[in-house]
Amino acid sequence: RMKYFTRLRVKRIYEWRGAPIGFNRKLKTSEYGSLSIRVEGLPQTTVISAGQHILIEGDDDNNPYVARVLRLFADESGVQKKAVVQWFVRVSEVPPSKLQLLGRVPHPQEVFLYEGRSCEDEVNAESVLRPVQVRHLDVAAPFPVSEDGDTFYVKLSWDSRTFRPVDPSLVMRGATATPASSRKPGAEAESLHSLTKLSASKCLSAKRRSATQRTPGVRKKLQLSSPDEPAALRDDVLQQLLEAELEAGARSAMAASLSRRTNRKPGRRDDVPLTPRSARRRESQSEMDSPPAGDDPSSYKNKFRILAEKREIFPEINVSQLWTGDVSSLSEPVQNQLVPLSPQLVAPGRNHATCRETRTSSRRKEIQTGTEPVLEVLDEEEEENGALRVSRRKSALKVSSRIRKQLNLLDGRLSSDEDEEEEEFVPSRKELQSSDEEEDDDEGDEDEELAAKKSRRSSSSHTKQKTRTPRKTPRKAGPITPRRHRHATPSIPNRAQPARRPGNILEEARARLHVSAVPESLPCREQEFQDIYSFVESKVLDGTGGCMYVSGVPGTGKTATVQEVMRCLQHAAEQDEIPPFVFIQINGMKMTDPHQAYAQILQKLTGQKATADHAAALLEKRFSNPASRKETTVLLVDELDLLWTRKQNVMYNLFDWPTRRHARLVVLAIANTMDLPERILINRVASRLGLTRMSFQPYSFKQLQQIVTSRLNKLKAFEDDALQLVSRKVAALSGDARRCLDICRRATEICERSAAGLVGMSHVMQALDEMFSSPYVAAIRSASTQEQLFLRAVIAEFRRLGLEEATFQQVLVQHQALCRVEGLQPVGVSEGLAVCRRLGACRLLLLEPSRLGVLQRLWLNVSQDDVLFALKAD
Amino acid sequence: MSKRKAKDAHLPIGECISQVHQILRKRFCHQQLPVKPEGVEAQHKHLAELLKRTAVHGESNSVLIVGPRGAGKTMLLRSVLRELSQETEVQKNLLQVHLNGLLQTDDRIALKEITRQLQLENVVGDKVFGSFAENLTFLLDALKKGDRSSSRPVLFVLDEFDLFAQHKNQTLLYNLFDVSQSAQAPVAVVGLTCRLDVLELLEKRVKSRFSHRQMYLLSKLTFPQYLERIRDQLSLPDDFPDGKFAQEWNAAVTTLCEDKSAEEVLQRHFNSSTDFRSLHMLLMLCLSRVSVARPSITPTDLLDASRFCLADANANMLHGLSILELCLIIAMKHLNDVYEGEPFNLQMVHNEFKKFLQRKSNSMYNFEQPIIMKAFEHLQQLELIRPADGASAKTQREFQLMRLMLDHSQIMEALQKYPQCPTDVKQWATSAFA
Repeated sequence: RMKYFTRLRVKRIYEWRGAPIGFNRKLKTSEYGSLSIRVEGLPQTTVISAGQHILIEGDDDNNPYVARVLRLFADESGVQKKAVVQWFVRVSEVPPSKLQLLGRVPHPQEVFLYEGRSCEDEVNAESVLRPVQVRHLDVAAPFPVSEDGDTFYVKLSWDSRTFRPVDPSLVMRGATATPASSRKPGAEAESLHSLTKLSASKCLSAKRRSATQRTPGVRKKLQLSSPDEPAALRDDVLQQLLEAELEAGARSAMAASLSRRTNRKPGRRDDVPLTPRSARRRESQSEMDSPPAGDDPSSYKNKFRILAEKREIFPEINVSQLWTGDVSSLSEPVQNQLVPLSPQLVAPGRNHATCRETRTSSRRKEIQTGTEPVLEVLDEEEEENGALRVSRRKSALKVSSRIRKQLNLLDGRLSSDEDEEEEEFVPSRKELQSSDEEEDDDEGDEDEELAAKKSRRSSSSHTKQKTRTPRKTPRKAGPITPRRHRHATPSIPNRAQPARRPGNILEEARARLHVSAVPESLPCREQEFQDIYSFVESKVLDGTGGCMYVSGVPGTGKTATVQEVMRCLQHAAEQDEIPPFVFIQINGMKMTDPHQAYAQILQKLTGQKATADHAAALLEKRFSNPASRKETTVLLVDELDLLWTRKQNVMYNLFDWPTRRHARLVVLAIANTMDLPERILINRVASRLGLTRMSFQPYSFKQLQQIVTSRLNKLKAFEDDALQLVSRKVAALSGDARRCLDICRRATEICERSAAGLVGMSHVMQALDEMFSSPYVAAIRSASTQEQLFLRAVIAEFRRLGLEEATFQQVLVQHQALCRVEGLQPVGVSEGLAVCRRLGACRLLLLEPSRLGVLQRLWLNVSQDDVLFALKAD
Repeated sequence: MSKRKAKDAHLPIGECISQVHQILRKRFCHQQLPVKPEGVEAQHKHLAELLKRTAVHGESNSVLIVGPRGAGKTMLLRSVLRELSQETEVQKNLLQVHLNGLLQTDDRIALKEITRQLQLENVVGDKVFGSFAENLTFLLDALKKGDRSSSRPVLFVLDEFDLFAQHKNQTLLYNLFDVSQSAQAPVAVVGLTCRLDVLELLEKRVKSRFSHRQMYLLSKLTFPQYLERIRDQLSLPDDFPDGKFAQEWNAAVTTLCEDKSAEEVLQRHFNSSTDFRSLHMLLMLCLSRVSVARPSITPTDLLDASRFCLADANANMLHGLSILELCLIIAMKHLNDVYEGEPFNLQMVHNEFKKFLQRKSNSMYNFEQPIIMKAFEHLQQLELIRPADGASAKTQREFQLMRLMLDHSQIMEALQKYPQCPTDVKQWATSAFA
């Protein structure tokens, strides 16, 4: 079986070029002018010198960091190669909320000069990937048509709060002087990957190209499908698309016959899988070059050669624009194989959920079609068959150059509708099966989809600019793909009529007393607030990590306090008093399985979706990787005890990450029990959790009173005595602030019904009574005569036996005797059992399973005194 | 005038009877809601206000309705919802999700059902896609996105609420109550349960999030009220097509309720249980006897129906036994008397039976051991006897310890009614030494 060639296997060799140009005596570092990077097995080397722009390996393989080298040096031992860099921030690294400050849509290739302070500027030189182009543009200047995926544009600088125009000298100095030769190896190494990305799109682009030439409508269509196009033209577009597809279909038939011929060509290696696809691709290309192309295969070869020479002129294309890497939407195995192969996939701001939905299934197919040629290439490479590889690659590059041309032609708008033609190429089943299991359940769908492709195609190409409704119609006709929901937006429909505002004082009070109402401040937790605040603040300032364990009974304000702390800290970060940090929270109760914690953390940190295991691996990498620029992450873990597993892996990891040197992770864990670490955690977990503990005491009555008062905020709705009664009662029972607020709220309702202006003692008493009174006595009183008699018989039998347990048969004898005493007809066994079961259903009695019939044992669930009291008063 | 005409119109008697059946069956079998709530006015008002506040003000609430079976919990909720649905402001806004603990036996199913009923975006047709974890995250995200003033409020009705508390970690309850206590989409969680100790089932963090509003349906009817209700249930409405028939029917119902023997029967039922369902069962049996030949319910019908309702199932089963099996049962009864309920085995029963046979010179009951064994096994199949708790299955069948599942009164009652029961057997039943 062929192996997937992954990015990780590319081993780079880093070497200093020339002798050190300087030596720092104090730091004992020797400075070098340039660094050469060689990819193992490839002849060319890349030279990195100070002033050049480079890509640096980061958390996200698709979006390596962009930076400019300021200095290159080796540390005292001479082993570690280091570089001092000036960072640039990609669009994707800026928080989306801050991107709004930009006031425009950021260009996907735009970067910002980073002027913040929270990132180290010293990096390990071995994390350097390759050089890139960074060009400065005036703020007002338009972005050039995207000509190269490796060129970034700088207009502004970003200091984690504002964007400012940037001085060109900071960006450009020395950057343009990259020798052409040094670019090559990068391109060479990259082309392996680019092939993957290309193969899908190149097929279609070739087809599209020819279509463009013949039908001007298609070109128009491509422009139309950019999102900002008015919707009025849709119908025309649809029409044109259909035409184009029909033509494409006709040609594909021709291509099939052609491919057969090509296969027979002598001298061709047999093991080269010449799929109809690749043949067709060529065919359409040649058709484009010289429309009445001869069928002689040799003419193709010539063309390849010619085009291969053009390769220098057309540097490799970055498919990232074509192929919006919505990697997260793919199933994990696919993603695994995809990420290393296509390191440059950038999602240029097309995360509109509705767009993604349509594309998911089609994209999968692209991946499948995409992997195939790559695998071929890799196979060949393993066999060290140079000549063929070159030709392969040449063809790929040729196509890429064509695509680029096309892109230029179409103002780079291709990106918005590359998937319209994906059905043209049926991936061979064999390759498909190699991909992953999740694909399997899809295959059936795909067949049908292909069958129904005419209808689908017409719809899928123009849905982008529309809302969901039009897409749905053709979808519904075909099989339903289970993938849709991944991009569904979770939301509750909006209400038809606006919610009414509180009308009077009592309603206002009720709204403020609702537990969900967020108070301006949290009274009575000042000390705890201060402690947590200073803990987190110090960790953020130091750039270190740590754990804190917060315990307390429910309703004592643990989560509220922590959230309040984080709100304050975030405010402080906005004011630039402390470095910016990321705050995420998870809740043990809000996941189905402790391991889901990983997936949730990852999703909240990066927006990536992954299975729990994969997420664990990614997080592990993230927190142990000494990636230089990282903000502190503050993680709130609510209901910690729910994350308990037998091996305690989840908890172990959560508390182990903060101890890593580069993790910069602060974990705040919340649970109910104070001695949780001692009781359920094994030593190595408890040890990592550390001794920074905090315990929230239940509120005292004064504190509860203060909480209600501060919430009411001078709104006069309660009598003071009434408030005090509630507070004292709740403080005595549980000290749960939620209870206190709920009782007050109920009291306002009772007050409203009794038409009193102010909530008084009687209302509060009634509310307390409703909430805390035991229903058992009332239940016994409301029971039917026979039920009451039965309870009496139970007590009589208990007394006779001297036990708190009896069988139904024994009680029945007593019951029948009591019936006679009361002058009622004695109950039969069935009737008696029915009575007994009714009492058991409302848990006045506890019963054995009813299949035991008359032999079932029973116990009282209330005290005998309560029963007697209830029956006596009757 | 036309209406009056319709009222006075005479229908053939058969037509009238079928109409009566139709109307009353709808009441008894389909749990038709009464026009106005009876006996639960306060609770009705409380619940209506509560749900209305959720619908109109977007205030989140949670409440438990607790009452014994047949107390009218669902009826109360349904009549409140019916009342609210007449207000456009509520009707247009309120989304409803109905769950039942007997159907949604775990959180995974419950979540799918919620998502389906809410018609969230990951629902296609009637199917919900995604794993359990995804569904939970999706629902929570959906609820979190909402806020008090702009999202439609959602009413969650959890029937058999106590069963939801048995789900793992009580995840669903925690999350529902947590939403109701935080600034998310407004929800009202209404739980219906017959367990009075329901709060003790909740985990403490779940309990803390529950608002502790509990409505108890524990009012007791008096017998006159009970009679009044029966009259209401049986009476025909004013808009019955044949006015004359309706009058006659209603008059007959009134006489029935005043009849002494009928009252006695009803009193017995009232003593046993006051809930709607057993009453409906009784009245349904009466109704099914109504025909063209007997166009009204008579006290005898009621008496028969009552006898049918109160009949003892196990005692009835004894009527179908053979004499041998009956003799074995009697032997067991004597063993129970002698050993005070200790378990017995086949050999002991057989010995006891043999003693009876020895006293009688008559050899008509002389059976072989295998036949007795067969009869014993039949009794076990009928579950009139069952193996004692600690008895291991390994022991030989003759010596396996058994317990009798019948009460003495049931045996005696069955013997009285057993067709052509031999006198000596009857005597033996009353006394072990007869």
